[in-house]
Amino acid sequence: MSPMKTHTWPEFIVERNDDRCIRCQVCVNQCTFDVHSYDAGLDELFAVDMNCVGCQRCQVFCPTNALTIRTNPTQSRPNANWRLENLFDVKKQAESGGIVLTGMGNDKPFRIYWDHLVLNASQVTNPSIDPLREPMELRTYLGRKPDRVVFQRDGEGQGEGHGSPVVPIQNMTPLVAIETPLMFSAMSYGAISYNTQHALMRAAQAFGTMANTGEGGWPREFRQYKENVIVQVASGRFGVDLEYLNDARFVEIKVGQGAKPGIGGHLPGEKVTLDVSRTRMIPEGSDAISPAPHHDIYSIEDLGMLIHALKEATRYEKPVAVKIAAVHNVSAIASGIVRAGADIVVIDGLRGGTGAAPKVIRDNVGIPIELALAQVDQRLRKEGIRHQASLVVAGGFRSSGDVIKAIALGADAVYIGTAAFVAIGCTLCQKCYTGKCAWGITSNRPEVVKRLNPDHAAERLENLLRAWSREIKEMLGGMGINSVESLRGNRLHLRAVGLEQWEMDALGVKGAGL
Amino acid sequence: MYDLGKKQNPYGDDKLHDACGIFAVMSRSGRTFSGEIPIRAMENMHDRGNGLGGGYAAYGIYPGWPHLYAFHMMFEHKSAKAETEKYLHQFFSSMDGEEIPTRPHPGISSAPILYRYFLGPNHHLLNGLSEDDFVVQRVMHINQKIDGAFVFSSGKNMGVFKAVGHTEDVGRFYRLEDYEAYCWTAHSRFPTNTQAWWGGAHPFSTLDWTVVHNGEISSYGSNRNFLEMHGYYCTMHTDTEVITYAVDLLARRHGLPIDMVCKVMAPPLWRDIDRMPKAEKDLYTTLRVIYGPLLMNGPFSIVLAHQGEMIALGDRIRLRPLVAAEKDDAVYIASEEAPIRLVEPKLDRVWIPKGGEPVIVRLDDAAMAIAHPEGRSAVK
Amino acid sequence: MAPWSYATPGAYAMAGPTNPVRMEQGRGIVDASGIYYRQLNEQLRQLVKHGIREIEIINCYGQRYLGTSIPGDYQLKVYGTPGNDLGFAMDGPTIEVFGNAQDGLGNTMNDGEIIVHGHAGDALAMSMRGGKLWVRDSVGYRCGIHMKEYGDKVPQVVIGGTCQDFFGEYMSGGTVILLGLGLAEGEKYKADFIGTGMHGGRIFVRGHVDPAQVGKEVGLTEPEPEEQEQIGAAVRRYAELFGGDAAEILKRPFVKLYPKSLRPYGRLYAY
Repeated sequence: MSPMKTHTWPEFIVERNDDRCIRCQVCVNQCTFDVHSYDAGLDELFAVDMNCVGCQRCQVFCPTNALTIRTNPTQSRPNANWRLENLFDVKKQAESGGIVLTGMGNDKPFRIYWDHLVLNASQVTNPSIDPLREPMELRTYLGRKPDRVVFQRDGEGQGEGHGSPVVPIQNMTPLVAIETPLMFSAMSYGAISYNTQHALMRAAQAFGTMANTGEGGWPREFRQYKENVIVQVASGRFGVDLEYLNDARFVEIKVGQGAKPGIGGHLPGEKVTLDVSRTRMIPEGSDAISPAPHHDIYSIEDLGMLIHALKEATRYEKPVAVKIAAVHNVSAIASGIVRAGADIVVIDGLRGGTGAAPKVIRDNVGIPIELALAQVDQRLRKEGIRHQASLVVAGGFRSSGDVIKAIALGADAVYIGTAAFVAIGCTLCQKCYTGKCAWGITSNRPEVVKRLNPDHAAERLENLLRAWSREIKEMLGGMGINSVESLRGNRLHLRAVGLEQWEMDALGVKGAGL
Repeated sequence: MYDLGKKQNPYGDDKLHDACGIFAVMSRSGRTFSGEIPIRAMENMHDRGNGLGGGYAAYGIYPGWPHLYAFHMMFEHKSAKAETEKYLHQFFSSMDGEEIPTRPHPGISSAPILYRYFLGPNHHLLNGLSEDDFVVQRVMHINQKIDGAFVFSSGKNMGVFKAVGHTEDVGRFYRLEDYEAYCWTAHSRFPTNTQAWWGGAHPFSTLDWTVVHNGEISSYGSNRNFLEMHGYYCTMHTDTEVITYAVDLLARRHGLPIDMVCKVMAPPLWRDIDRMPKAEKDLYTTLRVIYGPLLMNGPFSIVLAHQGEMIALGDRIRLRPLVAAEKDDAVYIASEEAPIRLVEPKLDRVWIPKGGEPVIVRLDDAAMAIAHPEGRSAVK
Repeated sequence: MAPWSYATPGAYAMAGPTNPVRMEQGRGIVDASGIYYRQLNEQLRQLVKHGIREIEIINCYGQRYLGTSIPGDYQLKVYGTPGNDLGFAMDGPTIEVFGNAQDGLGNTMNDGEIIVHGHAGDALAMSMRGGKLWVRDSVGYRCGIHMKEYGDKVPQVVIGGTCQDFFGEYMSGGTVILLGLGLAEGEKYKADFIGTGMHGGRIFVRGHVDPAQVGKEVGLTEPEPEEQEQIGAAVRRYAELFGGDAAEILKRPFVKLYPKSLRPYGRLYAY
């Protein structure tokens, strides 16, 4: 069969202001999608609009601001049901017979509950606290907490108490302390570039929080950051050996991911370079498939078995986390996971990002993290087991406002992925799976990866963490709170605007004004 | 009391705000003070309340019956009293009841029926519970299920007196000058959101624990969530209720010594914990990690009292005032220094306790044996 | 002794002041027993209006706002424990307290002098903009917050003992001298968060202060020669008022706390 002519048309149009263009050819050099070209003979620059993905790399780097990237104004008859995207997806499938892939998180207009929640501030009956001048504590401990503290009186045990004859002999299950309730999400090496992973780990260490290796393995050169790294054990078990497990601060079993609940991971062959091949132990250029389920977890007791296997493998020195996607009966699943022995439960919501996923699954499967979080927190409390595992949530957190609302709904900490990418250059063009990321974030081509300087990127990421942490402190202080423990699950500091009653009930939040 | 929540919180607010004045005095040797002392002190701090509630807790006032539970109760109507007495008869083998003596006072109106009962549990019905837990269950039942009845206090050799009105008027109404107690705590209320009802004034009590509290707890939602997970239902929608239950959980059920309980509610900052020597650092880290949800954030000064012990505690960054003073064997606590000077002009020492550092006053052993021969509330 | 130790405002509205004012050699002596602060302050106002320049209040227990609504040049001696906000927005008089003061002493004070032969409570000299405040012993939390100065209108606070946390927070002007009498040589002050947010003014502390105790906006250095003179003069006056050996006190060196920048939070925002 000969290749079909495509019936789709360019999504973006590259507009060049010729008066401003100085023929520096930065756009030609920077574009990885073969859009721009220069004809020396004519001294002119040309653009192939069809190839443009709207990543803005050329526009940002053009020294004279000569470029504007527009969505193609060509219009077929407006149709509220069949939008352009629907048309193109059908055409692409007709032309290929394949599953339409995409990257990053759900971009459809599902209700964003963060935008319907508002926060409290203290006035008159309670002073607000000024974070610039008074201590404001964001430190968070992740892991399983005991039911109660056990003491031993001096005389029986050793050690000096503090003016009181009591000494704890508690041997607590291991905990991990982070200085701010923000961590970098699981993003695998291969899906993201070597330099990106480096920058994430560097920034996490500098700020005192964690970065997650994702399922792509952990290059040896990055083991120096081990105090601040979480490793993932996913269904493909890439890179998992004893050293990998024991170097980490904690181990996360990836059962699901918000962007693609129920299906496995997919790293297209274009992105499996020599180094990725070495790290993942798979042939170069092959598609790296992670199966959908772990093939040793077909039921909750199997999960329990894996959790305990990992604890045994790490000599009970590290918490074990389980990451699931937010789906319909997430509360029951979460409860089961806690009872199966997990120390941390990670829930990734509908808007979670990905390097590659079938678009129809990314956009249609899963539930919003806000509802999942509120229900899981409530359910675990009702069952009296909320303290047995920390709750970490992920899935499209765009600002510190979203983060603090998550904490008020019950989260112990928040994973950020998309926001981290945006901090280092990403503009959400959703083409990560092509391996052509012009910003060097999700490409593995050496000449492109070089563009992402780990020093600069780490600085940007650290700045992001710092800025959000400062904002969180300001908002906490505004509520008259000086320690994040006092906001956790405290829905009284939230109110809802423009939600229906069932939504407010599900979130456990009253309507504003009431 | 049916719909206790609604009675206490008719507008359905998240919780009730209280600002106020507090005073307390206790003698280590068991020497007693007449109620005149707290009345005069509270009168001096008149401006700190707004007349919508005041109350006192007194310890050692029933020396003749140290082994019986003294229930101070209010009834909105006679049938509530009848129903309650019938209920009490079922569960308590010894029972003595009488009106709480009062005098008419222009500042106190619409008084309910005020009665006190001296009760001994029927041991055949304990079913493995301790006497204290048995009594707590009976009190919960009356407060939540018997319409028009409410228990102010249910401890041994102690009692709570409270009403709607200015605190000094409440004291004169209950003729507190006739009582002698080794420990008094007193409170005047300045609520910003309630229709006053008698049960809403402080002190709040469970068994012989009483709490008076000045301030507002911004961590209320988190504290309440944690307590509910441990079986405490917060029906009164006040900070004081949450403090009382937290103390009951930590001190009575989990057996923490009282200074550690204070360190849970007002823990040191992480920056200070990081600088401590290892043993201390481990201790405070452990407490904060396990009991973080019971950290009380926001301004507060509280005085907790139970048999033979009184504890004053302010929040970690001292957003509410608290003054302590000593004269011989007596320790005074108040929101301002002037009322203490008024009742005891010559003080040995006056100081401002550091935020998060409790002031603990205990009865010495001899006095304890007399006032509370059965020791403190059962520790599980 | 009346059964009420503190009259209610209702009583005042109905009956008016009932305490006698005794005149003794041109001084007005007011017995504050049982008198609500409104009546008391009104009486003081009347006395000042009639030209009495020396007034004494005895049996003071917690009456608030003394010296507040009465500007002018007169002397008030208070025996007992005056209530909160003594000298609030005060403008001119000299108030001398023979006893301890409570919270809010010299709050928003504009001019005049307050002398306390004892200790004071929390929130002393808040937003103070002029005048002088002398406390013999120690003070509580959050003292000297947001003090201000302009030109040669510079408030001054001298404290003989120690302070507690958040001292001089947010300070934008004024001079505070902390003597720490009672601390041994080399013994540290126990306060934390001293001078956080300071962007003006100066604090002189006698003895040793740890950098960990002061806000990150605060620099530590030695006082300038003319500042040493100012300190000397203040200490000598302190000794005059409260006793003690000025020379002995001045033997231990002072540390100066000053704001490192006018815009301590310049890098905080993204524009």
